[in-house]
Amino acid sequence: MAKLTVEDLKQIKEKTSQDAALRGGETMAKLTVHMGTCGIAAGARQVMNTLLEEKAEANRGDIKIVAAGCLGMCSSEPNLTVEIIGEEPIVYKEMDQNRTRQVFRRHVLKGEVQTDFALGKG
Amino acid sequence: MRELSLHILDLAENGITAGADRITIQVDETFLNTHIKITVTDNGSGMDPAMVAAVSDPFVTTRTTRRVGMGVSLFKAAAERCNGSFEIRSDESRGTTLWATFETDHLDRAPVGNMGETITTLIAGFPDIGIKYDHILFRDSFSLDTVELKQDLEGIELDNPLVLTRIKEIINNFIQGEE
Repeated sequence: MAKLTVEDLKQIKEKTSQDAALRGGETMAKLTVHMGTCGIAAGARQVMNTLLEEKAEANRGDIKIVAAGCLGMCSSEPNLTVEIIGEEPIVYKEMDQNRTRQVFRRHVLKGEVQTDFALGKG
Repeated sequence: MRELSLHILDLAENGITAGADRITIQVDETFLNTHIKITVTDNGSGMDPAMVAAVSDPFVTTRTTRRVGMGVSLFKAAAERCNGSFEIRSDESRGTTLWATFETDHLDRAPVGNMGETITTLIAGFPDIGIKYDHILFRDSFSLDTVELKQDLEGIELDNPLVLTRIKEIINNFIQGEE
């Protein structure tokens, strides 16, 4: 029987110990992917996995990515809330892979709110 | 839902919303030799018998943001549409188990889909929840338990993106039959 063990993740352990200091930093941004039934059916899982890829690529341990329930705006799912600590959270609507990458690179990394996809402040 | 793995993600999310800290997912593709059986168990707050009886009705929901709840009813409909069955058991002290079967060769059966992404989404999105995942195929079976992994991976967070990418690869390679 195949079982996922620590051995499989060992290489990564060596790799990640190098940037352990980075990950210890204070959270600078919190990204929330809304994952109710509506969000999941609309593609929230892909949004989440795209964010994880972008986070790995940017090598930024101070960006926190979490899942949450339905926001109540089911028709505009998948929704993504970006909160740069100290600023008002922005809710993005109808996210796909490309929009997610754009929001991550422009808003999260550079602070430019992408008003084209924004649903509102909240 | 386009994939059975999306139903699994949704049901796991239900359990977490019900206060569970442990989610068990089992996908058995050898059930009766003809069916796929999916079981999702949580140790959350459970439901009273009236709620259990009503939960697969789309107009029953615990949510406050709107009045329809689709998750469980969609899962049930997906099973029944392909000669499957659906069961739910819940206990207010122990949590909820629900399972459904799907006739493997039925035309209307959705593919199992990207289980790797479902599991990594759960690990990343809900880092404090213990997730146990078992997947049985005819040729092999696979098992993962994040509680065990966390204990052994001293100092490394399981929701580190590099770790997640590796987990996703391992799961999807297993399902696709590559080593």
